[in-house]
Amino acid sequence: MSSSRKLFFATLLGAVATTIATAQTTYPGIGRPATPAEVKAWDIDVRPDFKGLPKGAGSVSQGQDIWETKCASCHGVFGESNEVFSPLVGGTTAEDIKTGRVARLNDTTFPGRTTLMKVSTVSTLWDYINRAMPWNAPKSLKTDEVYAVTAYLLNLGGIVPDGFTLSDANIADVQKRMPNRNGITTAHAMWPGKGMGKAGTFDVKATACMHDCEAEPKVASLLPDFARNNNGNLAEQQRLIGPQRGVDTTRPPGARRDGPITVAATPTAPQPAAPSAAANALALLKKHSCTACHGMDQKLVGPGFKQVAAKYAGRADAEAYLAGKIKAGGQGVWGPIPMPAQALTDAELKTLASWLASGAASR
Amino acid sequence: MTHRSPQPGRLRLAPENFLNADGVRAVIDEAKQGRRDFVRHAFAAALAGGAAAATAQTSSGGDPNILTLPEHSQGLGQPVASEGYGKPSKYEANVQRRPSPGLTQTTQASVSFAPLQSLFGIVTPSGLHFERHHQGWWDIDPSKHRLMINGSDNTLLKKPLVFTMDELMRLPSVSRFHFIECGANTGMEWGNVAVPTCQYTHGMLSCSEFTGVPLRVLFDLCGVDYKRARYVLAEGADGSSMTRTVPMELVESGEVFVAYGQNGEMLRPEQGYPLRLVVPGVQGVSWVKYLRRLEVGDQPYGTKDETIHYIDLMPGGLHRQYTSTQECKSVVTTPSGGQVLLDKGYYQISGLAWSGRGKVKRVDVTTDGGRNWRTARLQDPVMSKCLTRFTLDWQWDGKPAIIQSRAMDETGYVQPSTRQLRAVRGTRSIYHNNSIQSWLVEESGEVRNVQLS
Repeated sequence: MSSSRKLFFATLLGAVATTIATAQTTYPGIGRPATPAEVKAWDIDVRPDFKGLPKGAGSVSQGQDIWETKCASCHGVFGESNEVFSPLVGGTTAEDIKTGRVARLNDTTFPGRTTLMKVSTVSTLWDYINRAMPWNAPKSLKTDEVYAVTAYLLNLGGIVPDGFTLSDANIADVQKRMPNRNGITTAHAMWPGKGMGKAGTFDVKATACMHDCEAEPKVASLLPDFARNNNGNLAEQQRLIGPQRGVDTTRPPGARRDGPITVAATPTAPQPAAPSAAANALALLKKHSCTACHGMDQKLVGPGFKQVAAKYAGRADAEAYLAGKIKAGGQGVWGPIPMPAQALTDAELKTLASWLASGAASR
Repeated sequence: MTHRSPQPGRLRLAPENFLNADGVRAVIDEAKQGRRDFVRHAFAAALAGGAAAATAQTSSGGDPNILTLPEHSQGLGQPVASEGYGKPSKYEANVQRRPSPGLTQTTQASVSFAPLQSLFGIVTPSGLHFERHHQGWWDIDPSKHRLMINGSDNTLLKKPLVFTMDELMRLPSVSRFHFIECGANTGMEWGNVAVPTCQYTHGMLSCSEFTGVPLRVLFDLCGVDYKRARYVLAEGADGSSMTRTVPMELVESGEVFVAYGQNGEMLRPEQGYPLRLVVPGVQGVSWVKYLRRLEVGDQPYGTKDETIHYIDLMPGGLHRQYTSTQECKSVVTTPSGGQVLLDKGYYQISGLAWSGRGKVKRVDVTTDGGRNWRTARLQDPVMSKCLTRFTLDWQWDGKPAIIQSRAMDETGYVQPSTRQLRAVRGTRSIYHNNSIQSWLVEESGEVRNVQLS
């Protein structure tokens, strides 16, 4: 039995064993086994239990060197910058490391939430630095460099000491010092599986009251007038036709008055970009109804424009010749149907003749 | 000039021929008789008619848009296939997906919002689909794209497999309509009003018909041990190689699929061309784009977007992790913030409702800020984990009104008010704000985003 037939039957048996709803259970010729090298190349994830973590080590000081060249430009030398991304470091204390709960997550006056305030698993830091950093060159760090950068980041948060070397052997101990390791829960009804938490029922319970439900509504929050143009002019962000228009937020809110509101009722077309030589010529073709008799590529009543262009492509005085033919009209060159003389300005003649002589580009 | 050229039937406004067969014959005949000016006369008459119309008086008893024939009624239109891939009218140029200024400092790790206020029905045009990228988007050569399925250890499946796009597109496919909503949609509005229009409040929401292969089919081919492998890791091929954990239950139900199609064509690059995961009802971050690998495992994976982002901060300081389901929600899109109503009188209130737990069962609408509600019409089709369009008749009397919508899904869950949601979850969650949206219609006709006490 060939190996492919073995695979076929093995797959078939596997499929039968797991009982499938669909009639067709095998798909010969589709899919092939992944080689160990392929799996190794792509299977880079590291789980909270450190499954998938490669062996290696890196020190805080090594990490600092890498950080300053590859990480600090976005994250700041101390991981504190909010210039490009949310700060990585700050807001955690030695007490948090003991309790595993970041106290400042309960302090509504504390600005922002840093990565080290939120992250519960050190594996996540290692995994994401490894797969996605640096920002503009992801996956370029060597394994030991990922350990070093992770060590430096942890050191900035006071989780590991200055002389520390992080490795696959001690990372589980570091996990026990993560400041927010206990600050999480999966006890909610928003995981669509049975696997985690004690889901229970919905936490927010509303009812569908229909009549006399609330007291007179009071507006508690609305955008202040000075912020009305913060997202750009809303008049330019709404359709120009229909039951309503966008508010012109470059102006202050209008005074309240009775009667219909006067807004620009006629849709205005957006301003076209400066036309190209071809666009100018195409506009003239439309203006003078040239396309009634001439196709772009092929003969209709008269020859196609590209056919004309091709015929005179090698002719040095093509532009002058064609201008003359358009102006005077003609008969016999392309067949018996005459082209009448055309009342075009000299500038228009030049535009069209020049366009034809240079190949009659359609855009 | 008031006289039209007496050439009835001569100018045929059909794309294939300006002159019909009779006309061509007439031209030839006339030409033979030496009347070479014939064609020119015909054209000159048509043009003069246009010129005359342009100068016509508008006070002659009617709408000049009727009385004065427009250019497009008197000229030749554009040919077929002028655009090999057609575009919207130039008059629709305002309908764009847009970033919200100041929301992110980079444009690669950022978001653009779909213009919900300008959309009809339930399908989002693919070019207006909201975007959320974590490390920029790519246009990937599909002939080089691969999907690998393996296990976190070798005992969780019989055989890791690799598929090409050619192979995936040979397999039996499904096409299904589903909404996709970012978990952070409406996140800016947890504490107070922050943005003016429903594009920015609710625009991290889109809905498409997706086509692809149920993941169950692929897992069966690999011989996955469903008893032990209760979690799936999905991983993208882009720079951040985005990862998320998905529950095996949604694979076993047949709902999760690997999609290559979107609204009849291939996925757009911004939506993960050539392959993305579709996880109906679950927040968009799990719909991994540029999908390169699926791993089955016996534990959740604690990825960056499960332990640092996409975690919901509750009162008391605990973060909820793995909050994946998008609960029942709705928003009125017409009228909505940033708009001005043109006049008093009839309007159709229109909006969108959806639930990550199934079908929308009912939508109620109020125009008095929540005191009295009317049940809206649900527009067909109403599909599970898909946007549903609702409408309601409304006469605006020119006085201030506060319009809200409230959706219920088939599980009986009722969309909460802002107050009800905050009572349980506080104001700092960032994620999963599904509270009722309020639009204040002012006497001026201007519609403003407001929150009620």
